[in-house]
Formats: sequence, C-alpha cells, structure tokens
Amino acid sequence: MKRPDLDRATLLEARGVSRLYGPGKGCEAIDIRLHRGEVLGIVGESGSGKSTLLRLLAGMERPDAGQVVYHSHEGELDLYAIGEARRRALLRMEWGLVHQNPRDGLRLGVSAGANIGERLMALGERHYGQLRAAGQDWMGRVELDPRRIDDAPKTFSGGMQQRLQIARTLVTRPNLVFMDEPTGGLDVSVQARLLDMLRTLVRELGLSVILVTHDLAVARLLAHRLMVMRRGQVVETGLTDQILDDPQHAYTQLLVSSVLTP
Amino acid sequence: MTASDPTASGYNFAYLDEQTKRMIRRGLLKAVAIPGYQVPFGGREMPMPYGWGTGGMQLTASVLGQDDVLKVIDQGADDTTNAVSIRAFFERVAGVTTTTATGEADVIQTRHRIPEQPLRQGQLLIFQVPIPEPLRFIEPSEEETRLMHALEEYGVMHVKLYEDIARHGHIATTYAYPVKVDGRYVTDPSPIPKFDNPKLHMNEALMLFGAGREKRLYAIPPYTRVESLDFEDHPFEVQEWDDPCAICGARDTFLDEVITDDRGGRMFVCSDTDYCQSRTEEVA
Repeated sequence: MKRPDLDRATLLEARGVSRLYGPGKGCEAIDIRLHRGEVLGIVGESGSGKSTLLRLLAGMERPDAGQVVYHSHEGELDLYAIGEARRRALLRMEWGLVHQNPRDGLRLGVSAGANIGERLMALGERHYGQLRAAGQDWMGRVELDPRRIDDAPKTFSGGMQQRLQIARTLVTRPNLVFMDEPTGGLDVSVQARLLDMLRTLVRELGLSVILVTHDLAVARLLAHRLMVMRRGQVVETGLTDQILDDPQHAYTQLLVSSVLTP
Repeated sequence: MTASDPTASGYNFAYLDEQTKRMIRRGLLKAVAIPGYQVPFGGREMPMPYGWGTGGMQLTASVLGQDDVLKVIDQGADDTTNAVSIRAFFERVAGVTTTTATGEADVIQTRHRIPEQPLRQGQLLIFQVPIPEPLRFIEPSEEETRLMHALEEYGVMHVKLYEDIARHGHIATTYAYPVKVDGRYVTDPSPIPKFDNPKLHMNEALMLFGAGREKRLYAIPPYTRVESLDFEDHPFEVQEWDDPCAICGARDTFLDEVITDDRGGRMFVCSDTDYCQSRTEEVA
C-alpha cells in the first residue's frame, strides 16, 4: 500500500491572523498551514468569517494582527510586509482566485478566448496563435466547446461561465488557488459535473487549493483536510473524512447532522 | 509681456494669467522628465466648450512666446472651424504671428494629426486630447488605472488587440492606437490615426499632450523610443490606400475620403492641407 507523504513542504502559513469588523465578526487569531499539493477546505455557516479569512490569505485585505507567509521558491515572503507591487504580481503570476460569482472573475465585455488569454498576456505572451491555441486547449479541458472561443461570456450559462472562470484562472498553472464557493448558485447536476472536473484538474496539475464552502458535500469531494469555523474562530480541524464521519465539536456535529439526505 | 499689449486690451498675454501658466509649465517639466506619464494640472475654464481643444489651448498659452510663430491644424487641415477659431483666438490675445506652413511654425497645435512634413528640433507639437487614459476602456476606476500604470500592469492592453483580431481577423484599432513610451508608460497618443504612430518614434520635436476636461497633461520628449503595441504574429501596420491623392498625387500620406456627389462619387485627398498645397505648388 502506498503511504501518503506526510512530510510535504509548507506553501502558505497564517500565524495568528485577525481581522475583526466587530466582536465576533470577522476572524480571530487563526493559524493555518497549507502544504504543497494539498486541498484545504474551510467550512462554516454564513457569517462565520470564512470569506474574510480567504481575503486575508489571498492578499486582498490586510489583517489587524498576525502574519500570512507564503513559501515561494525564493524563500519566505510575509505577504503584508512586501510591497503592493510584489503582492499583486504574486496574485497575478503564481496564484489564482476563483470567485463565487463568475461575473466577478470574468471580463464580460470580451470573448471567452480573451478571458482565458488575459493572464497569459499579463505574463508577457505576445503571440496571438499561441494564445488562441491555449484558449482552445483550456476550453476543452473544462468541457466547453472550443468552437465557442469567440463567443462572449454573456451568452454562456451559469455553469459554463464558472468553467470559463476556472480555465482563465488555471491557464497560467498557478501554484496556489483560492476558491470561494466555486459551485454556489449552480444546480445540483451541474455542480456534480463541475466538482468532478475540478477534482480531476486538481489531481492532474497537483494544485494546492484553499477552498471556502458552506456545502459539506463539496468539501467531502475535494478537500483533503477541513477547518470548521464558527464566529470567527476555528473550532475543529482534521482530515476531511475524520471530521465528517466522527465530528468532535458540538457545532461540527450540528453541521454534519443538518445535511439533507434525499 | 505686460498688460499694456496693444492686442485685445484687458487680457494677459495669451489669455491665461502668469500663475496659471507657471503651474502648467511645472506640470510640463514633470511630464517631460517622465515620458508618457500623465501629470494632473489645475485646468482652467477656457472661452470654448470642453472637447474643442481646451487642453491643447492651455498648453499652447503656457509655452507661447512673443516671437513664436503659431500654426493650428484640425484633422490635418488649417482651414477647418476649430483650427481657424483657435488661430484667431491666439492672434487676438497674444498678438503672435500665425502661419499655415509647417516648416515655419515654432508651435503647432493639432487635433488628430501629425503633419506629413518631418518636424525639426526646436519645434513644439501640442495635441488636443479627449481621453488621456489608454486603460480607461477596460478599467473604469481612475484609482485602479493609476495603480496599474505604477505597477506596469499592462496585460489588459493586449486583451483589446486580441479581441480585435478575434473579431475582425486583424487589429482593427485605427486611431488612438496605444503606444509604449520609452519602454515604460503605455500612453494614448490622442486620437491620431495609427498612420501617424511611427512618426512619434524618435521624433525631433517635443510633443506635448493636453486634456482639458480630464485635466491631465503628458509629453513625449524629442528622440524618445515609442513602440506601438502588437502581437508577434500580427505586427503593427499602418493604413494603405489604393489610389494616390487626387490633388497632389502623393502616395505616402494619410488620405481623407471626400464624397463629391450623391451618386457614389468620391475622391481621396491628403488630410494635411499644407503639405498637399506645397506639393501642388512645386509641381506647377
């Protein structure tokens, strides 16, 4: 039997990060360690601070206290100690962000191909033929019809827009991807196919992912490890199956037991 | 010049007061020091609506000297409304000599063209600019575009060109074609046709750009590298015409299409009237 590699290098680390909008609103003194190639799920109810935490980790909001450290190939980078230029370059080149609403992550005014090519162009790709080939390749990978490369995202359905957003994010093969409810707002059958596709891509590309979701089924399918949040604090962490099959904390037990089964 | 100027008494020389001119000149110095960078300035009300060249006029007023010879063109022509009225304005409030000959002018204020005759060192070309921000069409926030300039995040400029090729098979942007100045700032060369873009590169004259409504000015100093953005497999190209100019027969100029009757009759003539005229005089 192949044993899992338990000694993988750390990629992203949060050391006691806090960002409070009011007492119990936001997140407080959170420690996280994300290893390379790992999918970490953050679950919790609405208002538990999951999205705030994601914004802190993704360099979009400065924490009141604590550090977010990214282990790049050049060494440790304290996300909020480096300049804004570096931080934005990191987000552009090495990281990716998948928004809950694809309309936030896409440029709706330009074609699907331009959307996929944008990050490549930002990295300096200046060959139209190659940009187009990459666009078609990635549309195929996310199960979109490559012949629709010149269509505007507006003409795509919600599920297709979400696929397009994923293609646009992954085209530069980022080290680390942040996903905020990637299947929110989609119907169940579309969700299932999207999850299936995401799982394949994550495995193929060896992505490290921080996934925020309120949907435990999504967490079960994608995440290796889970963090349960409530009122801005982490109440339980552990392997996904362990947490979902044998929840220890009262709140996690409530969360797991309230999943509807048809 | 003092207020006792015989022309149009009651106005300071060249309409603007000296403090305003001083402020604009300081902005211009900064603009020249950082080629392509948009410098904000305190725009003044000019006796003309926005969109008619108030930005260019304020720059002209600030740099104009008593002995300078002024030329004003609009779409290359010296005899269109905009050109005629701005020229008359400066004749009245500054009493300067004006000309239509490109070679004789010290200061040329222009809308939408660079003269065909190559400019020489010491000449000033002043552009009237409607929207100075090349990133505006893709990013509506001014705060964001400034940050993008500061961090050189120019990937989105190519998104527009990509979209052109995807839709039309070639880069269909024909005017206000974005350029990179001195390898650093992406700049909108005002709505000149892309035919004129190569003239920006290593030009001997100092080129100043003024946007009155947006209150921004920027500059391309003499002998500065200016590259038009493009793709490796879709290089930058300028417009070409099948016919020569119907008046002077030039084949290497920017031509305007002129409708001559209501039965589809048309002809192509040089948009630079001074150049066209000097060529016809040479031939005659």
